[in-house]
Amino acid sequence: MAKKPISQNLKLASIDISLMDDQAVALLEAPQDKPESMWRDIWEGIYSNKTSLISLAFIVLLGLVAIGTKIAPGVLPYDPFQQNLSIALQAPSLAHWCGTDQQGRDIFCRILVGAQISLTVGFSAVAISLVIGVILGAVSGYRGGATDTIIMRVMDMMLAIPSILLAIAIMAALGKGVEKAVIAIGLVSIPEYARIVRSEVLAIKESDYVAAARVIGNSTPAIIMRHILPNVLPSIIVRATLGISMAILDAAALGFLGLGVQPPLAEWGDMLGRGRSEIFRAPWLMLYPGLAIMLTVLAFNLIGNGIRDGLDPKTRKR
Amino acid sequence: MTGTDDILVDIEQLTKRFTADSSRFSSRHEYVYAVSGVSFSIKRGQTFGLVGESGCGKTTIGKMLVNLVRPTSGKIIFDGKDLVTMKPGERKNYCRDIQLIFQDPYASLNPRMRIGDIIAEPIKTNRLLPKKQVEERVKELLECVGLASFMRNRYPHEFSGGQRQRIGIARALALQPRFIVCDEPVSALDVSIQAQVLNLLDDLKEEFKLTYLFIAHGLNVVKHVSDQVGVMYLGKMLEIAPKQALYNEPLSPYTQALLSAIPTVEPEKKHQRIILEGDVPSPINPPSGCRFASRCFDKMPICDEVEPELRQIRPNHYCACHLYA
Repeated sequence: MAKKPISQNLKLASIDISLMDDQAVALLEAPQDKPESMWRDIWEGIYSNKTSLISLAFIVLLGLVAIGTKIAPGVLPYDPFQQNLSIALQAPSLAHWCGTDQQGRDIFCRILVGAQISLTVGFSAVAISLVIGVILGAVSGYRGGATDTIIMRVMDMMLAIPSILLAIAIMAALGKGVEKAVIAIGLVSIPEYARIVRSEVLAIKESDYVAAARVIGNSTPAIIMRHILPNVLPSIIVRATLGISMAILDAAALGFLGLGVQPPLAEWGDMLGRGRSEIFRAPWLMLYPGLAIMLTVLAFNLIGNGIRDGLDPKTRKR
Repeated sequence: MTGTDDILVDIEQLTKRFTADSSRFSSRHEYVYAVSGVSFSIKRGQTFGLVGESGCGKTTIGKMLVNLVRPTSGKIIFDGKDLVTMKPGERKNYCRDIQLIFQDPYASLNPRMRIGDIIAEPIKTNRLLPKKQVEERVKELLECVGLASFMRNRYPHEFSGGQRQRIGIARALALQPRFIVCDEPVSALDVSIQAQVLNLLDDLKEEFKLTYLFIAHGLNVVKHVSDQVGVMYLGKMLEIAPKQALYNEPLSPYTQALLSAIPTVEPEKKHQRIILEGDVPSPINPPSGCRFASRCFDKMPICDEVEPELRQIRPNHYCACHLYA
C-alpha cells in the first residue's frame, strides 16, 4: 500500500497552508478591532441607502412637527380647529397653501397637527402587535405540539376575518376614540407577526448552530435570546416598519368611516373621509391629506428597506 | 470487551428508537430503530472511526454522546459513570468534557455572531474564566486552529468552508474537553482542505491529549485518523477491529464491499470491485435475520433466520457474521 507517501503529502499540505496564513496576516494592514452594535448596523444600513436616508429625514421632520405643534400650537399661522365659514372651500393660495375645508379651516395646518395622531397611532399599534405577536409566535414555534396548535388556530381564526372588519367589530365593542382605534388596529395585526416569528423559529431551532449552543451547555432561555431571536429580528423589524405604514392606513380607514377620531380633532383619514363629498368641487380637500398619508407610508417602507440591508451581514458594506 | 482502566468511553447495548408515524388519530405506532443494541469502547487517547452509509445510525450515536438525543435504552459509560441514567443537572457538568464538531460548517455557526463571540460563548456560558481573560483565550484558540487572532471581529460568511470548520473546532476546544465527537467533519469540504483539517485534528489530539469518535461515511478518510474502526449497517455494528486488521483482512462481507469501493489512484490497474445489489432495507421493518442478508454476496440459509452476534473472531477483531461461526 502506498500509505506512507500519502501521509507525508498531507503533512506538506498543512505546512504550506500555515505559511500562507502567516503571509496573509502580514499582508493585511490595519486589522480592525472595533466591534459594532446592532443599532450601528441599522444606522449604517439606512445611511448607505440614499432613499432610506431621505425617508428617515422626512419622518424625523414629521415627528418634530408633531411634537412642535403639540407643545406650541401658536407657531401655526391659523388655528386648525377654529371654524370660519366666510373663507370655506378656498382653493390653494399663498395665504392657504393647501386651501381650506368646508368649515373654513386651513388644511395645511390641519395636516401638520394630524401628524400627531397618525404617528402616535402608527407606533403604538405596532408596539402592541409586535410585543404580543413575537411572544406568541416564539412560544408556538419553540414549544410545538398542542401549544402550537392552539395558538396558531386562534391566529387563523383572526386571519379568516378581513382585518378592517375585525377592527370595526372590536371598535364596536370598545367604543369610539383614538386610543381604542390603536388597540383595535394593534390586536388585528397580531397574527401576522406571530406567523412570521413562528415560521422562522421553526426553521432556526432545527439548525446546527442551535444544536451547537445546546452542546456547549446553554439553557433554553439563553438559546432563544441569543441564537433564535437575533436571527428572527431582522424580518420582524422590516415587518414592523411596514406595519407602521399599514397601521396609519388602517387608522385612516377607521377615520374615514368615522370611527377613529372625533371632530374637531384633525386626522388624515378623517379629513379624507370628510372631503369626499366635495371631491369634484374642491379636490384639494382629499388631495393633500392623501398625499400626506402616501408620503409617510412610503417613507416608512423605504426606511424598512435600509434597515433590512443593514441587519443582513451579507449585504452590509464595510 | 476488555474492561481495562484506559477506556474512556464505553457504550453498551445502546438503542435509539424513533416514532415513525406522528398521526395523532391512530394509536398504532411504527418505530424506526436508528441504533439497535450497539456496543463498543474507546480507549483514552485513541481515535475510534465509525463508518457506514447514510441512515445507518452513526450520527445518532454521536448525538446521543453529546446529549442532543436521549437514548431509548443502553448505557454510555464515560470515565466510569453512566451518562444515560444521570440526572439532568449532573449530566450538564459532563457537556464540558464531551464536545461535538459538526458536519456542515456552513450551518453550524450562527450567522449573526462574530466568530470571537462564537468561540467565547462556551467559556462565558460555563463561566470558565473571568471576563477579562476571555478575549485572550479566544485569541489563543484561534491561533491554535490556524486562524489569525484579528479575525475574531468577522462574521462567519466571510470565511471559507475550511476556515469555518476551524472555527467550529476552536469552539469545541474552548471548553477543554477530553472527548470530541467528530461528525463527518470533512465530508462537506474540498479534498485539498480535507487533508488540512484532518492534520489539524491530529495535531490537536496530541497537544491536548484528546480522544476522538470519528464518524465518516467512507473508509478512506477514517483510514488516516483512526486506531480502531467500527463498521455499521442499518443500526447494527457489523465489525470492529484495529485499523490495520480491518483494512488488510476485512471479515464481514459488507466491509469487504466498502473497501473495494475506495477509488484508487491508478486507473489502469483493474481491481476487483464488489458491487452490492439492491437497497438498504427499511429500518421500520428490518429483516429478521442478519441485517445485511438481503444484499450479501455470501449469503447462507441461516442468515435470513438468525441474527448473528458480534463475536471475537481474531484477537481484538470482532465481527457479526455467520461465515465465521
